[in-house]
Amino acid sequence: MTQVPSISKTAPQPGKLQRAWQIFLRYKYVYLMFVPVAIYYMMFHFIPMAGAVIAFEDYSPRGGLFGSDWVGLQHFKDFFGSVYFWRLMRNTLVINLYGLFFGFPAPIILALMLSEVRKTGFKRTVQTITYMPHFISVVVAAGIILDFFAFDGLVNEVLKLLGINPQMFMTEPNYFYGIFVGSGIWQNVGWDSIIYLSTISAIDPTLYEAAVVDGAGRWAKLRHVTFPGILPTIIIMLILRIGNMLSVGFEKVLLLYNPSIYETADVISTYVYRMGLLNNDYSYSTAVGLFNSVVNFTLLVGANYFSKKMGDNSLW
Amino acid sequence: MTRSRSPMDQDTLGGRIFAVVNTLLLCLITLITLYPCLYVLFASISDGVSLGVGSKLLIWPKGFQLGSYKMAARNPMLWTGYGNTILYAVVGTFINMLMTCFAAYVLSRRYLPGHKIMMRLIVFTMYFSGGMIPMYLWILKLNMLNTIWAMVLPGAISTWNLIILRTAFLSIPPSMEESAKIDGANDFVILFKIIIPLALPSLAVILLYYVVGHWNAFFNALLYLRQRERFPLQMVLREIVILNETSMLTGVTDSLDRLQETIPLKYAAIVLSTVPVLCIYPFLQKFFVQGMMVGAVKE
Repeated sequence: MTQVPSISKTAPQPGKLQRAWQIFLRYKYVYLMFVPVAIYYMMFHFIPMAGAVIAFEDYSPRGGLFGSDWVGLQHFKDFFGSVYFWRLMRNTLVINLYGLFFGFPAPIILALMLSEVRKTGFKRTVQTITYMPHFISVVVAAGIILDFFAFDGLVNEVLKLLGINPQMFMTEPNYFYGIFVGSGIWQNVGWDSIIYLSTISAIDPTLYEAAVVDGAGRWAKLRHVTFPGILPTIIIMLILRIGNMLSVGFEKVLLLYNPSIYETADVISTYVYRMGLLNNDYSYSTAVGLFNSVVNFTLLVGANYFSKKMGDNSLW
Repeated sequence: MTRSRSPMDQDTLGGRIFAVVNTLLLCLITLITLYPCLYVLFASISDGVSLGVGSKLLIWPKGFQLGSYKMAARNPMLWTGYGNTILYAVVGTFINMLMTCFAAYVLSRRYLPGHKIMMRLIVFTMYFSGGMIPMYLWILKLNMLNTIWAMVLPGAISTWNLIILRTAFLSIPPSMEESAKIDGANDFVILFKIIIPLALPSLAVILLYYVVGHWNAFFNALLYLRQRERFPLQMVLREIVILNETSMLTGVTDSLDRLQETIPLKYAAIVLSTVPVLCIYPFLQKFFVQGMMVGAVKE
C-alpha cells in the first residue's frame, strides 16, 4: 500500500470506472497471481457444477449439454420411486450413525487418555503407532480387511479359539456396517485425536492449579477443566460431521463390497459410480449425486445455524 | 504438550489406579492398532504353503523366505506402477505447491478489493460439488482421459491445504514485507523471497499432505485411466490385493503349490508400496501436528 499510484497524476478527477481501474493497476501483480487460481476453480469446480444440469436432461453424448432433451425432475422422481432409494438412504445413514456414535467419540476418548499420560516417551510411542494406519492407502487397508475377515482368515481363527463358529463376514450382509465403521476407527482414531490433543495442550495451566487448590482429583479435573476446554472443538467437529451425514468414504466401500452384500453395503456414491460409469446412465446418476450434494449442503448449513443459535461456535 | 501440574495429585490411591488402568488400556489400543501392520510384514516373509493351508494366526513369521520380495521385484507391472506414481507425485506436487502458494498469498492480502468474495466462492467448493459424473464427462470433453493431466490437474489445489497455508501467511506481520515494497519489489518477489521463507514449517506440512495424497490416490485413476501402462501403484496393488489377480504377477495359476506362494507375494507387494510413506512420516510427525493445529484455527 506504500506504492503511490502514479496514474492519479494523469487523471486528476477519476470517475468510478477509472477508480476501479486504478485499484486494479495498483494490485495488478496480486490479481495476475490469482489468474491461474481462478482458472483452476473455474475449470475443475464451477464448470462441473454447471455440468450437473444434465440431471434435468436426457443427456446423450451426441447432443451434449445443450442439445439433449430437457426432462425436468423426471430422474429425481425415478430415483425417489425406485427400490434403491430407501436401501441407499438407509445404508448411508446407518453407516454414518454408527460413525457418529462410535467413530466420533473414539478420538476424543483417546485424546483424553493420552493427556493423562505423564511419561513423554510412552505418550510419543502410542501417538506414533496410532497415527500410522492413517497413512495406509485405502487399497491396502481394504486388502487387509478382506484378508482378516475372509472365511479362512484371522478373525475366524480367533473366533474358533473362543468356540464360536466361523462366519462368512464378507458375504453376509449383517456384518458390513460393523466392519466398515470398525476399520475406519482403526485407521483414523489416532490421527483424529491430534486436533483434540492440541486443544488440550492449549488449555491454560492455571485452571488446573486452581482446580487442585479447590481439591479436585484427576477425574474432577478431567471433567471440569479438560472436557469444557475441548468442547468448542468437539462442536466444530460435530458440525462438520453432520454436514457429511450423507456421504460415506465410498472408495473403501467400492473396494470391500460385492453383489452379495449390496443390501447393506451399497451407498449413494457407489450407486452413482455403478449407474454412471458402468451403466453409462449419465443423467440419472448425476441426479442422484446432485440430490446427495444438496442434502449434505443443507445439513451443514442447518447444523451450523443451529449451533450458532445455541452458542457462539460456528464455522463461519 | 507438557502441562505444569502440582505433584500432589499423583499421591492419592485413586489417582494411581487411574494412571495404571489408563496406561494398560493405551497399551492394548496400541497393540491392536499395530497388529495388522505387523501381520502383513510377518506374512510377507512367511513360508507360503504353510500360511496358505495352515493357521492364519501369526505372532511371528512362519518359516522364513525372501523369495516373495524377489518375485515382486521382478514384476514389471509393479515397477510400472511405481514409476507412474512417482511421476504423478512429482509433477502433481509441483503444481499443487505453486498453485496453493499463489492462492494463499492472494487470499491473505486483506486489503485486496474482492478478496472476501474470492474466499467465499472457494470455501463454497469445499462443501458443494457437481459430483462424479459431470466431472467425468468434463474430463472426457477436455480430452484428458488416459493422460497424466487427469491425475494432477483436478486436485491442483486442495482447499483445505489452502486454508492452512493462508492462515500461516496471515500470521506473518505485514512489517516484514514493507521494506521490500518500498524498494519497489512486486508481489511475486515478495511471495518467493519473503513470505515463503517465513512459512517453511507450514509449507512442509502441506507438501507432505500432497505427496501422501498422490502416493495413495486410486479413485481418480479408476475413473480416468483405462490403459494399464498408465496405472499408478495403487491401481496395480488393487489388482494384486483386492481382485486377487496374483496370477498376473507370477504368470502361473495351474499348480496349487505355486498359488500358495503367491500369498506372501501379495504381502510383499503391500510392504514395498507402503514402506516409503510409513518411513518418512514418523520423522515429520511434529510438522503434521503443527499443521493440524493451524488448520484448527477457524476461518
